[in-house]
Amino acid sequence: MSSACAAVCRRCRWLLSPKSSTHLYNVQVQHSMKVDKSARVGNGFSSRGNHTATLTGLSWKRQTSYHHDFTTKYLTTEAKESTDDLSRTDATENKPALMPAVDAFTLGKSQMSPDDLDADDECSALEEISEEEAFGISVPPSIPPASTSLQQYVDKSETLTKLVQLGVSLWKLERRPNVGSMLLRLDFNRDVAPRLLFLKEIGVEDSRLGYIISHNPFILSENLENLQARVNYLKSRKFSSETVASMVSRAPYLLNFSVKRLDNRLGFYQQQLKLSSANTRNIVARLPRLLCGSLEPVKENLKVCEIELGFKENEIQHIVVAVPKVLTANKKKLTQIFDFLHNTMKVPHYLITKFPQVLNTKFLRLKERHLFLEYLGKAQYDPNLPGYVSLDRLVSLPDETFCGELASATPEDFYLFQKTL
Amino acid sequence: MGSPAVRMFHRLEGLFCVYKPAGVHWKLVRDTIETNLLKGVNATPARPLPHEVRFLPSPNKDREVAGGLALRAASVPVLSKHPLVTGPEFQHIKVGVGHRLDVSSSGVLVLAVGNGNRTMRDLYRTRTTRDYSLQCEFGMATQDFTDTGRVVERSTYGHITREKMERVIAMLEGANQKALRMYSSVDMSSQEAYELAAKGLLGPDGKSVPILTGLRCVHFQPPNFTLEVQCLNETQKYLRKVVHEMGLELRSTAVCKGVRRTRDGPFTLQHALTRHHWTAADVAQAMQQHRWKKRSKGRCGTVTDKAVAQTPGETLAASQEDEANREATIAELQCR
Repeated sequence: MSSACAAVCRRCRWLLSPKSSTHLYNVQVQHSMKVDKSARVGNGFSSRGNHTATLTGLSWKRQTSYHHDFTTKYLTTEAKESTDDLSRTDATENKPALMPAVDAFTLGKSQMSPDDLDADDECSALEEISEEEAFGISVPPSIPPASTSLQQYVDKSETLTKLVQLGVSLWKLERRPNVGSMLLRLDFNRDVAPRLLFLKEIGVEDSRLGYIISHNPFILSENLENLQARVNYLKSRKFSSETVASMVSRAPYLLNFSVKRLDNRLGFYQQQLKLSSANTRNIVARLPRLLCGSLEPVKENLKVCEIELGFKENEIQHIVVAVPKVLTANKKKLTQIFDFLHNTMKVPHYLITKFPQVLNTKFLRLKERHLFLEYLGKAQYDPNLPGYVSLDRLVSLPDETFCGELASATPEDFYLFQKTL
Repeated sequence: MGSPAVRMFHRLEGLFCVYKPAGVHWKLVRDTIETNLLKGVNATPARPLPHEVRFLPSPNKDREVAGGLALRAASVPVLSKHPLVTGPEFQHIKVGVGHRLDVSSSGVLVLAVGNGNRTMRDLYRTRTTRDYSLQCEFGMATQDFTDTGRVVERSTYGHITREKMERVIAMLEGANQKALRMYSSVDMSSQEAYELAAKGLLGPDGKSVPILTGLRCVHFQPPNFTLEVQCLNETQKYLRKVVHEMGLELRSTAVCKGVRRTRDGPFTLQHALTRHHWTAADVAQAMQQHRWKKRSKGRCGTVTDKAVAQTPGETLAASQEDEANREATIAELQCR
């Protein structure tokens, strides 16, 4: 605010001429800032009379009177005085809170009326004080003690500024309870920097650091020895360093879990699915959040595959190695897709096992495409018969290719057909 | 005026319709559209950050100024206005749904964005009708009148002919016309009632029981048959119940395999956007087309208040004329 005030002063020094003074004075009034008016300052000028007819009210008069004096000071400036003002404004850069009082004083001294409304004027704001006393005056902090948003703090806090520069979404984090306060209390050099350097050492790319902290801010309060121990554990399980780096990038919460928990989960996947260690490493590397979440939904999904869908154990193994997402998929959607595949499209189990990605698609996509092919008479999914349409091409091709190659129709026909369903 | 995001949002305000697929809740459709519109609006380039002058400690420590503080003025960007700190410009868009469709039905669903909600409310305050196409099947009766419900009864349908069907339809239409006259708020023995009925403007204002203003069988091949219905104040469950009752009238049973709305007021199937076109750009284009169409209908001087209600004689021949009438009425409404 003080800086803007100084800019205004500098501007009006060059722009003012006696003829245009009234116009500019009005302009100044229009753009007047909220000056920290003490009652004594205002009262000192209240007797100066009306400066403008447009504004009413004593408070406005006080404001305008302050600015009028400001401009008149520059109007009457000689070359000598202009240098004085220059030095004054330079000096006031060092004492921003006192600038109005200091400038007002130079005028008030010469034009103060005898009937001062305020009788006890011993510690008036207009009197000059020494530099040491000026520095001793405490300026209240401009940041609020409590706030619901981090916006007020981001310019003042080094940690928050650096986090924004990294690409962390502070607006998402401040919604989570207690995360904002935690981030504010962190010291960048002591807390944040060592952990970011640690992540860089294990191979995480700089562009991913923002993503990781946005999703898991608690990594900044995790003990460094624990983090190192967990990385060492994963390496001891024969995960390569690049794999570990990619796992941490894609599952930000991974390193917050204890070694015991990671071990528990890896053991579960190996024993339950009866996979080799290489295969287990493979699925965990491709879907690292398998190690983060709870095991109950995974157990339920396995039961669903076995009992409801009727897959055999080796078929389940093959499906999971090809599409690990089946372990964390929604059971209702899984059964819905399987029901449509098996009962409506009449696709046998072995074909579904051969193309497990159909279990990962959106149900509507599969349904619309199948019904379109059926309408055209091209819905043939048996590899032994002519005109065979493989399931993976059915679901994974984009619309134009699907319409062109499999259905021999245009995408517009497909959209028109969708409106008849 | 305002940021590019606000300009984009103003382009997106209005009415449009989508084709709701069967098996999807209408709320999911509305939420998907809102998410896609937010993506489109927030993808516009952000405004440049404002700068402010701050006094930073000068690196040159031995420059002695009065007071011992060495400061230099620097223009730094204000990070509290950065999008990562404030969030995206739009975090919520008001998307309203017109007449709802239940989960197993499909068809035209009218949505309104921003100021379009007010237009939609006015539109629905006038009497608009909706067109449905019902796929039905003879031979069974179920708990919830659909073909996937628990079967309550099975029956033969060999005795049903087209003629018997037409007779039942005529009977239903008659009952509905009677309901139409009863629920309109004019005294039946007055001159005003006669004049309104002559113009075809007789009908209920606001809430009433569901009334079928038109009903006909477009395809008859036992056990399957298709009905086309024009109705107001209806629900999809009521329409399935009508099918069930028709089966009972024909001394057999019937269920409804699919309810498909083909028209809602002035919005028809050809205006509806399919799932692949639920993006901000396509929605803006659809709204633009709707506005052009309304303007090209021409403006009328006086304001007439209610939409056309169907009489049975006009059902078979005049569906297109209806549409033109309805669109003209909406155009009149817009020029109010």
